[in-house]
Amino acid sequence: MDAAAIFERLQARFGDAVVTFDSGGEPAVRVNPSAIFQVCEYLKTDPALGFDCLSNQSGVDYPKRNDIEVVYHLYSYRVRHACVLKVSVARDNPTMPSVWRVWKTAIWQEREIFDLLGVVFEGHPDLRRILLPEDWVGHPLRKDFVEPTEYHGISTKRESML
Amino acid sequence: MSLLNTMPEFTVTTKIDEMLNWTRKSSLWYMLFGLACCAIEMMQTGGPRSDLDRFGAVPRATPRQSDLMIIAGTLTLKMALRTKVLYDQMPDPKYVISMGSCSNCGGLFQLAYSVCDGVDKVIPVDVYVPGCPPRPESLTEGLLKLQEKMMQEKWLVRRGEDESVAAQA
Amino acid sequence: MSLGGYDVEVQRPGGLATEEMTLNMGPQHPSTHGVLRFIVKADGEVMREAIPDVGYLHRSIEKIAEKVGYHGFMPYTDRVDYVAAMPCNQGWGMVCEKLAGIEVPRRAEYCRVIAVELNRIASHLLSVGSMGMDIGAYTPFTHALREREYINDLLEELCGARLTFNYMRIGGVAWDLPPDWVPKAVAFLDRFEPLIDEYNALISYNKIYVERLANVAVISAAEAIDYNLVGPNLRGSGVKYDVRKDMPYSVYPEFEFDVPIGTGEVGTVGDCFDRYIVRIREMNQSCRILRQALAGVPEGPVLTKVPRKFKPPVGDAYIRLESARGDMGWYCVSDGSEYPYRVKIRTGSFTATSIIDKVSRGVMLADLIAIVASFDLVAPEIDR
Repeated sequence: MDAAAIFERLQARFGDAVVTFDSGGEPAVRVNPSAIFQVCEYLKTDPALGFDCLSNQSGVDYPKRNDIEVVYHLYSYRVRHACVLKVSVARDNPTMPSVWRVWKTAIWQEREIFDLLGVVFEGHPDLRRILLPEDWVGHPLRKDFVEPTEYHGISTKRESML
Repeated sequence: MSLLNTMPEFTVTTKIDEMLNWTRKSSLWYMLFGLACCAIEMMQTGGPRSDLDRFGAVPRATPRQSDLMIIAGTLTLKMALRTKVLYDQMPDPKYVISMGSCSNCGGLFQLAYSVCDGVDKVIPVDVYVPGCPPRPESLTEGLLKLQEKMMQEKWLVRRGEDESVAAQA
Repeated sequence: MSLGGYDVEVQRPGGLATEEMTLNMGPQHPSTHGVLRFIVKADGEVMREAIPDVGYLHRSIEKIAEKVGYHGFMPYTDRVDYVAAMPCNQGWGMVCEKLAGIEVPRRAEYCRVIAVELNRIASHLLSVGSMGMDIGAYTPFTHALREREYINDLLEELCGARLTFNYMRIGGVAWDLPPDWVPKAVAFLDRFEPLIDEYNALISYNKIYVERLANVAVISAAEAIDYNLVGPNLRGSGVKYDVRKDMPYSVYPEFEFDVPIGTGEVGTVGDCFDRYIVRIREMNQSCRILRQALAGVPEGPVLTKVPRKFKPPVGDAYIRLESARGDMGWYCVSDGSEYPYRVKIRTGSFTATSIIDKVSRGVMLADLIAIVASFDLVAPEIDR
């Protein structure tokens, strides 16, 4: 199934308030953050869709639009087709439901997004920093992140030798 | 020594300092401390073609048994604190070779927010080996340079006494 | 009780309290494949939990992409997965080409395939060798490195570097195949292919090896997909899926090759041995692809003209390719400027590490190393 057909199925199930079609760039389905869990569950359990794998989950920060976009790249090993979901959350209070109950791989991928972009996934079993140290301040993949000048007494700038 | 009795012509004259240094430099045990890309080259250096074993350098798994730490790869801030702990665990005298641009000065990753630009901010370094990553030949050269440096050391110095005083005596 | 394939009798003498012990393994540990830390909760020799703590090699490669521009990011992609840098080069090339709609010349595609497959063999050799070292045999490691050196020589002649190649460019490859290089590569294959049988004779079916690996950390196909395992780890669980076959890219549809999967020949489907043997068989398949590719390199240019100030149109692109560690995803968002707006690299090691917590429950402490080695983890690929 291609992106448009998948969107039509989702539209028939959830209605226009929840899902919209996004054709800028790669065709994607834009999902209302509060409904992401239900949409994902449907995508996985519906026999014709059968998205059994969340192959990539990433976040993009858009300070101009004042939102953070979480992008889901799904793949179905059974039906052999792919689909893209996009969810926008407010930048100053980025909270959305976790989908780890649908795909276990989301546990780590959501932890990474939390670590690097600061999106809080509600219902996540273990939302800690994953890549950066526990005592790190800030979320580096946000566009307004300012690099700290020192970390535990180690300065992060290299003085020129010349 | 019995060796000299069986071979009367065989005598070696040397300074004790030099003999000590020679024995020490010929059994430099390095700690397996592969951090990033350079670790693969370090493995290849210890591997069959470059064979670092020729110079008496063999890998050890623990800092407690090592004389030499080869920092092979990018040192991140998260790892930097651990590196200091590991260095402190090595028994004296201990040496550090900084292998590759990342551990020399941050290299390509100077732009990064999470990388410590140079291992010398955390621990003292004896030999810097440039390259990204250095070839096995470069690392071998670095080890030979370290051995040269070790040969210069003086050991028969009383604690607290200046080296130059000992040289005059 | 049966724990991870072992029949273990946990002795609890009456009245004597035993308690769980928390051990720290790594980040500096001789066999953790780079800096990777585990917090192990053990009840005697039996592990209750092994929680991976990653990020000791987080080099902020994705953030750097936003500062250095499209062409400038190519050397950094080498460092995403230094054991198999060519597929990463190709991934970045492919995602940029998809963004801007650039056609790659056929000769360049052949050069890419040849370089990637050689690199895949080199990567699998390191994986096989270090697997031997991790479970206690040093000799296979030297054997594997010996052959790896020859591949490094070939790749060095091709692009000037042994490990971090920076060979590919957006729109092709940087250099054409050197003169007389193809016969050398064929000669290497002639020498190398019989050696795979030698590895099998020396280690693969060695009794100790099989005992250490068979039936350890069995992952079912459904579980592997749920945790998003990819590449040899997924195929070890019996899922016949290879991006080169199922979502073909580059010139792979022109070559004949098989996709080896784990069959549970000495144990259960999806155990450590299956993941290991899939890699050995993939080396055979890579040799097959290489022979076909080397025999049919077409004439022509190797690089399309791409402007120095590369500005792809606004939009996003996601591509998948088969790296040595499996399905690698590259997601790039462009805002129309000279710099990528966001780059995300989806790597096989990251998701493979996330399943360790699950499969390590109830196995022996010494098997943790076998599990880690069977996933063929590369630390910077986890952390990026």
